[in-house]
This record gives sequence, structure tokens and C-alpha cells, in this order.
Amino acid sequence: MLIKLTGGKVFDPANGMDGEIRDIYIEDGVIIAPPLDRRADHEYPLHGRVVMAGAIDPHTHIGGGKMTIGRLMLPEDHRGDPVCRGHLTRAGCGHAVPSTLTAGYRYAEMGYTAGFEPAMLPANARQAHMEMADTPMIDKGAFAMLGSDDFFLRQLAAKEDIEAIKDYVAWTLHATQAIAIKVVNPGGISAFKFNQRQLDLDEHHAHYGVTPRDVLLSLSRAVKELGITHPLHVHGCNLGVPGNVETTANTIAGMEGLPVHLTHIQFHSYGTEGDRKFSSGAARVAELVNSHKNVSIDVGQVLFGQTCTASGDSMRQYGNTGSASPNKWVVMDIECDAGCGVVPMRYRDKSFVNALQWAIGLELFLLIDDPWRIFLTTDHPNGAPFTFYPHLIRLLMDKGFRNDMLQKINPDAANSSVLASLDREYTLYEIAIMTRAGPARSLGLKDRGHLGVGACADITVYEDLADREAMFATPVFVFKNGELIVKSGRIVKVVQGATHVARPDFDKGIEKSLRSYFDRFHTVGFDNIAVSDDEIRVDGYGSIVVQPTAARV
Amino acid sequence: MSDVGAAVEFDHVPCPFCGLLCDDLKISRAGAALKVVKNGCGKAVAGFERALPAVSPQIDGRDVPLNDAIGEAARLIRKSSAPLYGGLATDVGGMRAVMSLADRSRGVVDHALSEAASSNLKILQSTGWIMSTLTETRNRADVVVIVGSDIHKLHPRFFERIVCAETTLFEDSFKPRSVVFIGDGLDQSGATGPRVGNVVTLPCAMDRVDEVVAALLSRMRGHPVSGDNVAGVALAAIDQLASTLSEAQYPVLVWAPAGLETNNPDLTVHAVCDIVRLLNKTTRAAGLTLGGDEGGQTATSVCGWQSGYPARVSYASGAPDYDPENNSVPRKLAANESDLLVWIASYTPDLGPPETSLPTVLLGPPGMSTAGKPAVFIPVGTPGIDHSGQLIRCDSVVSLPLRNLGRSDNPSVASVLAAIEAAL
Repeated sequence: MLIKLTGGKVFDPANGMDGEIRDIYIEDGVIIAPPLDRRADHEYPLHGRVVMAGAIDPHTHIGGGKMTIGRLMLPEDHRGDPVCRGHLTRAGCGHAVPSTLTAGYRYAEMGYTAGFEPAMLPANARQAHMEMADTPMIDKGAFAMLGSDDFFLRQLAAKEDIEAIKDYVAWTLHATQAIAIKVVNPGGISAFKFNQRQLDLDEHHAHYGVTPRDVLLSLSRAVKELGITHPLHVHGCNLGVPGNVETTANTIAGMEGLPVHLTHIQFHSYGTEGDRKFSSGAARVAELVNSHKNVSIDVGQVLFGQTCTASGDSMRQYGNTGSASPNKWVVMDIECDAGCGVVPMRYRDKSFVNALQWAIGLELFLLIDDPWRIFLTTDHPNGAPFTFYPHLIRLLMDKGFRNDMLQKINPDAANSSVLASLDREYTLYEIAIMTRAGPARSLGLKDRGHLGVGACADITVYEDLADREAMFATPVFVFKNGELIVKSGRIVKVVQGATHVARPDFDKGIEKSLRSYFDRFHTVGFDNIAVSDDEIRVDGYGSIVVQPTAARV
Repeated sequence: MSDVGAAVEFDHVPCPFCGLLCDDLKISRAGAALKVVKNGCGKAVAGFERALPAVSPQIDGRDVPLNDAIGEAARLIRKSSAPLYGGLATDVGGMRAVMSLADRSRGVVDHALSEAASSNLKILQSTGWIMSTLTETRNRADVVVIVGSDIHKLHPRFFERIVCAETTLFEDSFKPRSVVFIGDGLDQSGATGPRVGNVVTLPCAMDRVDEVVAALLSRMRGHPVSGDNVAGVALAAIDQLASTLSEAQYPVLVWAPAGLETNNPDLTVHAVCDIVRLLNKTTRAAGLTLGGDEGGQTATSVCGWQSGYPARVSYASGAPDYDPENNSVPRKLAANESDLLVWIASYTPDLGPPETSLPTVLLGPPGMSTAGKPAVFIPVGTPGIDHSGQLIRCDSVVSLPLRNLGRSDNPSVASVLAAIEAAL
């Protein structure tokens, strides 16, 4: 069937298109060149409306054990947002840690067509994929967490050749069906198991002797030399600790020009100035990001209300348990592989710290110049549930609205922020970069995030409303693989997205060491570790897209 | 099924018969007969080697073709205003199908072993906890405390694989680990060999373990405890355990919910988790809950991610409603609050449906014992023997792929329930 989207204002930064009126043709799920001699079977007149590729969330905790711990722990939160079965959709619950089904529906209803789970523990990969398989509507993918696993730390401590580390990293991507590699509190999750409560960039791990800097440099080099498109995804040391802007600055400087993505950087941009010894480090971080082209970031914006923080960073999450609200939390040491911490959090606009966190996130958005290197995230659900994205977009696009909100927060926090003096308003083109073209390019999604010929027809159409929050909350149409799945913000067809993976080459010789390692130390044998393609394609409702990688160096 | 006589061997086979999911079994199959060749415990041998009677799907005790049984099950579910989905001893695929059908038919979902798991869930939902996993404990624990449950009986390879493991990651600093048993009469025979150092017993009656654990917590908090013994355990021994725990590098407190026989298992688990939390203020320590048998952890996790809540969820209102008291299948049956029981089990034939006057749709392994005569009986395969699948381990982190060993053609729970839902 030939579908024509007629006369919309197209924002397609990957192809340099900034609001030009253009017709888009779709056939067999793909965007095609205007056919010369055929009439469309179905035409959608989109005059005056805004057309973008489907949005991509490059960092959202949607699948994996720690999310299900959060779900099981917080029945009281779900009860505030029950979701009934619909004609097409299953029942579930929403808000801070939504059920998988509801998460998929709500992403699609907001015009998102892909979301990436950024903290998949290899030991928990199978379950992470099960949960993502039960997240309908959107494409997904996952970043495998390395850097506190004992296999890697033993490699590093033994000063093994970088080629062996590369083979291990590549094997991990294959075995866990991941698209990228993430490191969380480099070495620190393991150090916490040895009762270290902090591990700064150059502090030594009590057992292995290595430092976070060693971990970062070897993993980022491995990722680069394996040809994996997305740079090492870094959740740095000292998350949430006042003064951690120093660590962030040292981390950026210490990367020696290697590509790196610093995630939820808002939580790593804190100074120690002022009476309360807590201040914004946003200006300094923004300056460093602006001047280091090897660095990309996502923000991890805090927005006010109840949420639940969930992280692989057991060390820092344990440190944050004093702020748990409601007062209950889970910390786990996991499989000589990683850890996790799940701490419910209520961000209050009248709290100095929370209000300043909110302002710091917005400062970062407004002070970082290049929208290709900054992605719009709340680190769902750590800063806020992803359903706040339309509100966040309005904060970025509408200075008047932003200033109104600034009036409502803790006045001391408002006064200690430069936010009121920042006049920048994001344009639709910049929003399209931050939420589509940028993440797609960074993750190496060849045929997603743009509207050129050959792209997968994941397309979102909005009314061009002055109220950008209303505009982005309720798209007029969402197409997934060329099929209409959402109309006026309501689901009209339930579909199952694909799982995106990267599969760089590696020397299978590493499997011999891994087999011996698992046999000697683990409780799961080597033969039962890898998640097979069949497990992803459960009964034909999942599918796999292997995204290209560059040649190994 | 393959021909009799053509023996096939399978290596690295995961065992679905308890929550540990040991995956190092060697199984051979000749025709429909399986034999555990290596690494099986008694539970594994009983599970894998059980001879399967040839049984047919039945309606009211009459043999019928599978499709007829599916049609009748669908008819009963369609007619029911509040079906109960109990048992739930299945795999991830089976649990997904249960959730879909319960959502569609406005039913209630509750696992057969929910009652035992409920103490853990109450603590998770009220205070949370600090937990370890099997591999972490295997490599790191220097003190293992077995709290009031007979781990060796419930999980026969726990000591062999975790406590007495031949090698650990930290051999250079390894000292034989101390094992402490709280409770009298716990099978200690697993705690032997070169890896095990001191074995200490705090021999209180099993129903008074909670008192000893509470006293231990009080002493660790620096509070006085009156008398010179608690439940027959000398206070000095409790104080000694308190110092052992405080001086340890990574003590792990282990319990199996189904084995707790204390008067109030909620308080026992609560106190254990408080002890762990207290220790973590200065050193590292963790809890480790076992259990998860009969697909129990799988049911909790799949129900958790699909509905937001652990089992004991009702879809009567259209949205999931979690009520661990009201939505218990035994309570619903006793209170006559339903008109149909759908009982699902696929591992041991002993996990039959509870006695009830309600019509029952039974999906069970061939040879399942039943108190009454089910309205519909559909024999199903066992995940990891008759079909492939996935199960989640007791520590709620690791899941294992289950293999099809080709024993029988009995269908999976997932495929039967999908067919029933399609016929609604």
C-alpha cells in the first residue's frame, strides 16, 4: 500500500530539513522517493502540522530486574494510576515504574517509537529482554553494563592485552544481545562489595588495585576500536555527591580525546558553594562539553513529584538511602557482575536541593551549544517518569513558561541559579535533533531517527500548537513501520517493535577463558549464559535488527 | 518422540525442580525415559526420571481430543464471572499466557506457593532489604547463617554448589567459611569439607527462631535482653554470633520462605533484614532468600512486570488490583467468591488443585493427583523436559534457558492457554 503524508512542515535534521513543506511517501514500512506514476492508496493531509521522525529515548530504564524490584516494592504508587484494559490494549499501571505494557503504550502515545534500556546487567540480560519483549509498540535495545564485573577487573588488574579486553567486550555484546556498553561508577560497584563507600577517579580499588580512570580508558578504547557506534556510555563516579563537578571535569579531561557519552550529567554537576554547600556546576560542565567534541551527554532532568530511582550504582544508591521517600529501599550485590540500588524518591519544588537539581538540569540544556551532543532524558524514572517529556520540552521552548515555573520553586534555589538570565528557547529543529536525529546517530541506528528515502517509516505528526506541552503530549498521528498506531494520542493498533543490537567481530578464543571462568566461579555454566536469537523472537512476536559496526582496529 | 533405544545425552541441562535452577546436569534419554547421569539431587532424579503415564485430555473424566478440551475450557471461562487462576507452576511463556488470559477474562492470579513468599513481599514493600545472589555468595561469603529453614532438604545442592564450592574468585584471601544454623534439627550434613570452618548451632525450637533472631538484633543494637537464654539458646551464644557477624567481611543470612516454621515468619524476615541493614552501616553483609520453587519466582516477576504487582492480583475491575489478603485463591475458594478454578501446574504431579466444589479446568502434568474430578483436564509438558522455556531463579536476578529434551509431545501451558484465549 502506498501512503502519502501531504503538505506537513517537516523537521528532519539528519537531512537538513528545517520545517520545509514536503510530501512523504511510505510503502512496505519504508519511506520511498516520490513515485512518478502512481496515486497513493491512502493520503493524510497534514497542512500546517509538524512532521518528525518517531522520537527515540536513548536512556530509559524500561526493562530488567531492578525495574521489577521497583514495581514490586511500590504498590502504593501504582494504585494512583491504574490502567484498564481497552479494546486493543492490556491492563496495567502507570506513573513512576509503569508496567511494561503500559510503558510501551504511553511511549507510543507521546510519539516515541524507540527506547533504550541503558543498564542491562549481563547476569540479568535474559530477563531484561523478556521485559522489553513485553513492552509493546516501540523498538528497543539495551546497553550491557561492564566495569565492575570480576572478569573484566581481573583482566585489568593482570594488565591483559587490550585485544583480550576487546574480545570480552564484543563477546558480551553478542551474549547479552546489546547495542552498546555502559559503565556505572567504574569499578565502584565492585569496590562497594569490599566495603569501600566511595571511589573517586584516581582512587584504587581495594582488591584489584585499579582505578576508575583505568576502567574508563580501557573500556572506551575497546568500544572505539571494536567499531561500536555508540561511545562508551558513562555513569561516572560520585553520582549525586556535592562537589562532583570536579570529578566530572577530571573525567572529561582524562578521556584523552576518546569518544565518551556522559549520561544523566545533571546528577554529576554539583558544586559545594553557598551556605548549604550545594551549588550548580552546570556552567562549568557546559563549558567543558562545548569545548570537548569527543563528549556527548544526556541530562537526566529532575522534575517534581514522586518517582523511584533505580541504578546499577549500588554504592551511591546505598549512600542515597537516607533520602528514600517512602522510606524503603533495596540494594543488591549481583553475581560478581554488578549490583543495583532501588530508592524511591519524591522531588519537592520547595526543597532547596531538589529545586536546584531542577534548575541545574535546565541550565545544562540551555548552556550546551550543540544539540547533536545533548539528548533529552529524565533518566526515567530517576529524575522523573518519561511521561514528563512534553512538560520538559515546553520548559526548553518557552522562556515565559520556564520563568513562571522558576517563581514556584524554593526561592533560595531560584536565586542561586542563573536560569532566569538564560533567554535561549529551543526551536523545533533543535528538539528534533535532541529527540530523534541525535540519538539515532549516536546509537548507530542507520534507518531510524530520520525521514530520508530508505528510512523506516517511524513518523510522528503534531499539531503546531503554541502550548508545546500539549503539542508533544498528544500527537495527531504516529506511524510505526508505516502503520498508523496512534491517532489523536490514542492507540489504534498494537504492534511489536524490534530489538536493535550490535555485533562487532571478536576472536572466539576468549570463549575458552570465559568457559573456564564460569565453570570455576559461577553458578550458571558458560553454555547457558548467552541469550539466543530465538529467545528474543519469542513465538514470532519479537525481531532483531543488527545495526552496522565499523571495522575493528 | 524419538525411537526407544536411541539414547541421547544432554549436557549442561538446567533443572526446573527447585528455585536454584542448577544447570550442570547431564541427562540421557532413551525413548521417553530420562536418566540423570550426573549432578542431580533427589528432587532432580524424581522430577526427570518420573515415568509418564499416557493420558488423554478429558472432559468430565471422558477422553476427548485436545481441541475439544480447549473448547470446553474456553466455554467455562467465557461463562465465568470471576475465574481463579491458581497453581501457576509454569515458565515465563506460560505465565505470560496466564496474565493475558486473566486480563481478558477478569480473573484472579495467585501462585500455589504465594503464602510462603508473602513474608518476603511484605518486607520488600514495607522496608526493602539488602540482598545477595547465588554467585556473589558462593565467592564472597565468609559467614553463612542458615536462618530457621531446612535448606539442605529444600534445596539439596545449595551447600555443595554455594557453601562448599571448590574454587572462589578470592582464593588468596580465602579462609574456611563459618556456617551458623539457627534452629534445632536442621540438616547440617551439607556443611562439610575443606571450605567449611566452624559450624555453630543455635539450637532453638523451629517455631522460636524468630525470638532468637529478634534477640540477636537487639543485642547488636546494644539493647539489653533479660535472662541468660532466649528460647533455650544461651545469651552468650547469641552475643558470640553478633560479634562473628560484625567482624566478618561479607556475612550472608540465608532463608527459604517455605521452610520458616516460626510463629510469625514476617517478623523473622523483618528482623533478618534489619540485622543486615545494621551490619551495612559499618561492614558489608547481605541476605539471600531461596525458594522460588514450582516457577514461584517466575510467577512473581512476570506478574510484577506485566501488572506492576506480585501475584494475588485481580482483574475484576478491568485494571489490576493487588490485594494479597483478598486475592488468595484458598481464601476465595473458602469464601465461595468464584465460579471457576483454572489450576495450572507443570512440574511435580503432587501440586494438584485444592479441594473445591467449583468446576475446575486443570492443566497438569500427566499423572497429577486430584482430589475431585476436574471438568476439563489437559495434560501439559514440563518446561525443560518436554519443551523449551525460561525460568527465573530464586534470587530474582538470573534466569535460565530451559531445553526441550524431547521426552513427550505434551503441549506447553503457553500454547494451551493461547489456544483457549483464541477460542474465547
